[in-house]
Amino acid sequence: MTLLKRALAQLCTTAITLFGVAIVVFFVVRVVPGNPIAMMLPPGASAEDISRLEALYGLDKSILHQFVIWLGGAVQGDLGTSITTRQPVLELVLSRLPATLELSMMALVIAVAIGGVLALTGTRMRGTRVEGAIDVGNGMALSVPDFLWGLVLILAFGVLWPIFHISGRASPTLDFEFATKFYLFESVLRLRFDVWLDLVSHMFMPALALAIPLAAIIAQLLKQSLKETMHLDYVTLARTKGYGENSVILREALPNAILPTLTLVGVQFTFLIGGTVIIERLFSYEGLGNMAIDAVINRDLPLIQGIVILFALIFTAVNLVVDLSYAALNPRLRHG
Amino acid sequence: MTPFLQISNLNVTLGQTHPILRSVDLTLSEGETRGLVGESGAGKSMIGKAILGTLPSALRVRSGEIVLDGEDLQRLADKDRRRVIGAKAALIPQDPLTALNPSKRIGVQITNRLVDILGWRRKAAEARAIELLDEVHIPNPDRVMRAYPHELSGGMRQRILIAAAFAAEPKLIIADEPTTALDVTAQKQVLKLIHEMQQRHGTSLLFVTHDLGVVSKICQSLTVLYSGLVLESTGVDEFFATPRHAYSRALLQATPKYTDPDASLTPVPDPVIEATQREVQMFDRKQAHV
Amino acid sequence: MVDGRSLVTRKMGARLWLSGGWLVLLALAALFAPWISPQDPLAQDIFASRLPPFWQSGAEPGFPLGTDSLGRDVLSRMIHGARVALGVALIAGTLTCLVGASLGLIAGYFRGWPDLVISRFIDIWMAFPPVLFSILLIAVLGTGLTSIIIAIVVIDWTRFARVIRAEAIGQGAMDYVVSAQVAGRKRFDTMIREVLPNVLPTIVVLLTLEMGIAVIIEAILSFVNLSISTDQPTWGGMISEGRISIHQAWWVLIFPLVSLFLTVLSFSQLGEGLKDRFDPVLR
Repeated sequence: MTLLKRALAQLCTTAITLFGVAIVVFFVVRVVPGNPIAMMLPPGASAEDISRLEALYGLDKSILHQFVIWLGGAVQGDLGTSITTRQPVLELVLSRLPATLELSMMALVIAVAIGGVLALTGTRMRGTRVEGAIDVGNGMALSVPDFLWGLVLILAFGVLWPIFHISGRASPTLDFEFATKFYLFESVLRLRFDVWLDLVSHMFMPALALAIPLAAIIAQLLKQSLKETMHLDYVTLARTKGYGENSVILREALPNAILPTLTLVGVQFTFLIGGTVIIERLFSYEGLGNMAIDAVINRDLPLIQGIVILFALIFTAVNLVVDLSYAALNPRLRHG
Repeated sequence: MTPFLQISNLNVTLGQTHPILRSVDLTLSEGETRGLVGESGAGKSMIGKAILGTLPSALRVRSGEIVLDGEDLQRLADKDRRRVIGAKAALIPQDPLTALNPSKRIGVQITNRLVDILGWRRKAAEARAIELLDEVHIPNPDRVMRAYPHELSGGMRQRILIAAAFAAEPKLIIADEPTTALDVTAQKQVLKLIHEMQQRHGTSLLFVTHDLGVVSKICQSLTVLYSGLVLESTGVDEFFATPRHAYSRALLQATPKYTDPDASLTPVPDPVIEATQREVQMFDRKQAHV
Repeated sequence: MVDGRSLVTRKMGARLWLSGGWLVLLALAALFAPWISPQDPLAQDIFASRLPPFWQSGAEPGFPLGTDSLGRDVLSRMIHGARVALGVALIAGTLTCLVGASLGLIAGYFRGWPDLVISRFIDIWMAFPPVLFSILLIAVLGTGLTSIIIAIVVIDWTRFARVIRAEAIGQGAMDYVVSAQVAGRKRFDTMIREVLPNVLPTIVVLLTLEMGIAVIIEAILSFVNLSISTDQPTWGGMISEGRISIHQAWWVLIFPLVSLFLTVLSFSQLGEGLKDRFDPVLR
């Protein structure tokens, strides 16, 4: 199958999945008890006011009718209007998306760095105590979820040894006008490394909490895959050519060991993004997840829908990218 | 002729004590081809691995010398030893399907020793690789250089591995049963090719095999191993005329082509095996007293 | 070689004992909570607020692990919190397992349209951020123990379904299953008698892991104040309060955090231990 065909087939299943997500979330949200309209109006508002507002938000029509209207809008990029802030949902969601994306990417980078180094060290030191220690650490990191790691980090580096910020995205005293919402990115482009440092010292703890379980998975899978590869004939042949242990691991084994790890890391990365919801809450980080929890608490139906759909979109996009890059990286699939 | 490779009193054990190679002595002159014969598990591959420094991690060289072109490999530091081996020796591996890295182009796999270890310029190394591919009769060497292993047949890959082994003009080539994974026709061709290349380049060849037929065709001398013990080390003509050891005689009988092509394969008879095992035990006891 | 093997088993054994020990301790605390708690977990005393734990100066004898900002006894709240944690672990874990494993078994063994439908649902579920989904469900269902259990089952059934489906597909191709079918056994009968026993070890291992996960989900929901009514102490609720007063009274956060940590680790170690027990190759 060519790359293009593969991509098209993937796009089709992705579309079906997204449609399913839209249906599920739309109907779950409609069952939410408590009248959001009544909450918007001052006490003592008349029934007439309520029904007028309901008509404004389309809440007076049948559920099916509402779904068709909403879906029609969503396809054109109109996700409706937030009930609490009365701003377009798309605008609200897009204003928070960069924060969450930056956090997730930073977590991914940390996870790959830690996991990769551990896997390589474990392979280099196979059969020693170092490898044993890495295995035990991995086991622990794997079985404890990001939420708990976040709390541990808050206690350790926020309170007992306060070297990182544990709340917010940037210091309130920061004197800097951002032109975009990609703060971290922008600070690098504008060469303001003082700003960058402030942002990183805020992001590092939540990003690390998200990264720990993924790092453990990467370390475990990659190490296993590397160790299997190290027994293969072409690795032995490379040794006879005069390569040392480090070159053999990095040049011969690693390129082949990465592929099986990559697919699983893709799925795990979507779990990581899902984890931002609670981690952002825990670290009062102003991203999409934090906004989502507020939306649920305020019963802001259009906003909840918009955020969930956006998350689903990100998840499926990640899977798509991973699948395609797997195909692109594997010479067998690229030419076969 | 001075021996180019001299192995003396080489002892390799599994773990602390279990012997894999028992005081092996072996010499190889420049340009000589020596067959290393024995059943599977006799330790014949381990000699090659000990020379190249690729023994499995559970095995240890306990004592002995391996002198390659005047350098005692056991005394060199790891890094220097790898360099000496990379420059002077090469391996033709057994299975062409698993001995090429699936994620790298053929060209890189032939030239990497020259560029990374021996410091050649990439252009020169590539020209050399194309020349070698031509020598091993591979059509369209330019295209093959850019190919990935999975795009080539098993026979092609074995030729490429042979070409790669000769890349740095090594003085010693260790062929570790290079024909066992191939079918009969391919076996003949590969054997012919190795012989041809060895003659042309004047390389010494250590040919590990369990097939005496192959030995008779391309080797000048051979060494028979049993359970890590050298039973007999002699010239090929002498061996086939008058094998000295009882085990060698039985082995010769077990190879049908050289007594009667129609005879069925006769296994080495039990009494011979038992006698040889006793010999190994005797040897171990003598070692323990020393 | 033999030494190494037995050393590993011995280490594993020690970890299993520790994990089991902690869970038994929790179970006892949960069962006898009203009798062993030094204080009423709900009793507030603003004059005894933020008392430090016993080893620090300023501690008071009746409050070994200190008090929170409302003067409630941390130890008593922890003991009562164990009831919710273990209750959710057992009930939600088992129900999730039943639903997820059944669906996975059906999809993997029968294939065809049941598999098509179930797999599609798994795909859709995988596209939801689980934490957000659970919060949304609690908002719909209302707070309370039942809602939490339902929410956990609804979010997490896919964890079982995915794995068991894959295993059942593998088992369905095995000779003994095929021969049972050829011998005229009913399909459903074969599934229960031939396939189920072979995937049971995996189910049990997943179940122990799920119990740990259920505890965490409950804690997360308590953390965003969506778990159970506020007059039932929970570890997640304590963490939520502890997070706010972290700079004044870190002990309010650390004790429930350590309990959660140990509980999750114990469940997963238990799972690992069971996996080794079940695996005939390793045994």
